[in-house]
Amino acid sequence: MPPDTTHTEPALELRGISKYFGDLAALRGVTLRIARGESVLIYGPNGAGKTTLLRTLASLAQPTEGEIWMDGRRMDRYPATCKAKIGFVSHATFLYNDLTVRENLALAGRLFGLRGVEKRVERALELFMLRERAGFLVRNLSRGLQQRVTLARALLHDPDFLLLDEPFTGLDAESTANLENLLRKLPERGKALVFSTHRFAQGASMAQRLVALEKGRISYDGPLTQASLSSLRIEPEAAAIENKVRL
Amino acid sequence: MMHSLEIIWILFLKDLRLEWRRRETLASICVFGILVVFLLDFAFQPAGEESLRLLPGVLWIAFAFAGILGFNHSFVAERENACLEGLRLAPIDAGLIYLAKLLANFLFLAVAEAVIVFAASLWYNFSFLPAFKWFVVIVAFGTLGYVAVGVMFGAVASNTRMREVMLPVLQFPVIVPIFIGAIEATTSALKGDAPGQFASWVRLLIAFSVIFIVLSFLLFEYVLEE
Amino acid sequence: MTAHAILTLAWLLVALYMIFIYAPSDVNQGNVYRIMYVHVSSGWTAMIAYFLVFVGSVWYVWKRSPFADDVACASAEVGFIFCSCLLITGPLWAKPIWGIWWTWDARLTLTFVLWLLFVAYLLVRSFFINPGRAALLSAVVGIIGFVDVPIDYMAIRWWRTQHPQPVIMGGPNSGLPPSMEATLFVSAGAFLCLFFYLLRQGLRLAEARREIGQLRRLLSE
Repeated sequence: MPPDTTHTEPALELRGISKYFGDLAALRGVTLRIARGESVLIYGPNGAGKTTLLRTLASLAQPTEGEIWMDGRRMDRYPATCKAKIGFVSHATFLYNDLTVRENLALAGRLFGLRGVEKRVERALELFMLRERAGFLVRNLSRGLQQRVTLARALLHDPDFLLLDEPFTGLDAESTANLENLLRKLPERGKALVFSTHRFAQGASMAQRLVALEKGRISYDGPLTQASLSSLRIEPEAAAIENKVRL
Repeated sequence: MMHSLEIIWILFLKDLRLEWRRRETLASICVFGILVVFLLDFAFQPAGEESLRLLPGVLWIAFAFAGILGFNHSFVAERENACLEGLRLAPIDAGLIYLAKLLANFLFLAVAEAVIVFAASLWYNFSFLPAFKWFVVIVAFGTLGYVAVGVMFGAVASNTRMREVMLPVLQFPVIVPIFIGAIEATTSALKGDAPGQFASWVRLLIAFSVIFIVLSFLLFEYVLEE
Repeated sequence: MTAHAILTLAWLLVALYMIFIYAPSDVNQGNVYRIMYVHVSSGWTAMIAYFLVFVGSVWYVWKRSPFADDVACASAEVGFIFCSCLLITGPLWAKPIWGIWWTWDARLTLTFVLWLLFVAYLLVRSFFINPGRAALLSAVVGIIGFVDVPIDYMAIRWWRTQHPQPVIMGGPNSGLPPSMEATLFVSAGAFLCLFFYLLRQGLRLAEARREIGQLRRLLSE
């Protein structure tokens, strides 16, 4: 079946997505379009549906209602094509504790059917400063190092859409700065970046677009400007502090 | 097709490597299987002729219990760090994950069965050598069918509370044909019957395996879905 | 709904009348055989219930319609009751006739397996951490269980024909006199009517549950 040509504008789209867990609604009729080159911050209080939104975009969670489209194709009809273009980092690391860093990355690379897996793995190790730890079992790494491996794994296949759920968790100052630098470059290279974070100030500095979630609905979707912030009554620093307290 | 086989192989090797690092599954299922044989030996205290009558049942009970332990463990390990979700992110068919798990669990259970048979042969003073070829064929297909159902339901049960209880409740009613067929065929083969006597049971085991592998392959996607 | 309730009640009364008064005593078994009408009717109803679980499961996996899941779930719940009834009346009838409560004859074994499959299906539903997945995974169990039944049947048949069979009277349908046959069909009909009545109650319950869920979700906004 040829792709639906009426929706050929390349993008990752949610159309009227709702996700219920029993009596609980995590998402209610969310419609969202993310084009390549965008950098989108998903922001909202705990339980607003940020994680479910990202998991739905990554096709890990099946929506109860609505459809997900990518580049004019329905995701559930072309799962392999779509998944190959998505990179996802979640709270869980997706890493096998009893494989080494290098083995974990190589496994992911092979499953994605990449060519020249060894070379790509070496490049990813370099990029995330993991070279000296490549032979370590993941079990023996600190949480911050594991997070770096997870990021390396998500970027290994050079995805067009990178989805990050709280990517800065557990990273030290140096790694955070490093990751920020890396992520900033992605939109310029034509990749889409969608991420959630508790540290609003940091997130805002990296994103051009803000999607605010409240009780499973989008309460704001637009450019990240001072005006939009004040209309949402989010004060960058206050929001950051508030979230620290909650954490 | 080649690509699919390659994916299965990669996932299978991954399971072997993990097992090699921890040696948890193999050690536990072998020990557990031997314990079952040991206890049943106490319970029945077979002598002479009797041991032939009891042995097939004893063996298959030991295989079944050892298997259950392996299937449970197989998916508990994948839940650590949500690794199973990591696999679902890859552009591969969920059925391939099933087939790789099937291969790995088959291999682990086969190793455990070899150990169990060896122990039983000593304790029951019974030589499997005269009918060894057919014995291996029967055990292989019986095990294949058993693992086909076990891996599928292991994945289902891993989503539930009390999964250790859930798995046997789910799978034992379904594997009744495997149990009957395997025990009848084993008895017949060990008695020294001609292959024609138990061929229909072997065919049943093969048919069961094929049906449930195909069915599980098709349905596995839904088991992993959230 | 009320009409259905009245119909069920009336039909059951007629069936009771026919079972205990209209149908003649059996030449060999006397009055004991009358339990057959309950036993066989429960059996047929349980089979139909099991088939509906399968249909609902396939339909749900295919179309994801919540109604299909309700059908599968409600049939399993009601079918479990009828299957239990089958397992209870069986030994009650067997004891005076065969002299034993239970024998691992093909049909009995299969019935027991069927009952276990009902239990498995219902347990899967109740043991789920995430309620959203219960429907899908129990559907998978429903499908596998149904495919398993004919293979079970074959295996058990072969197995039992190799062993000495207990002395059993011919199948319940072999050469029944017309009055007994009529009674059997009327009581089977009454059981079916009751089954569908209970099924509809189950469906209504499921629908109400869904509605409450929807209201709760609205309220939590």
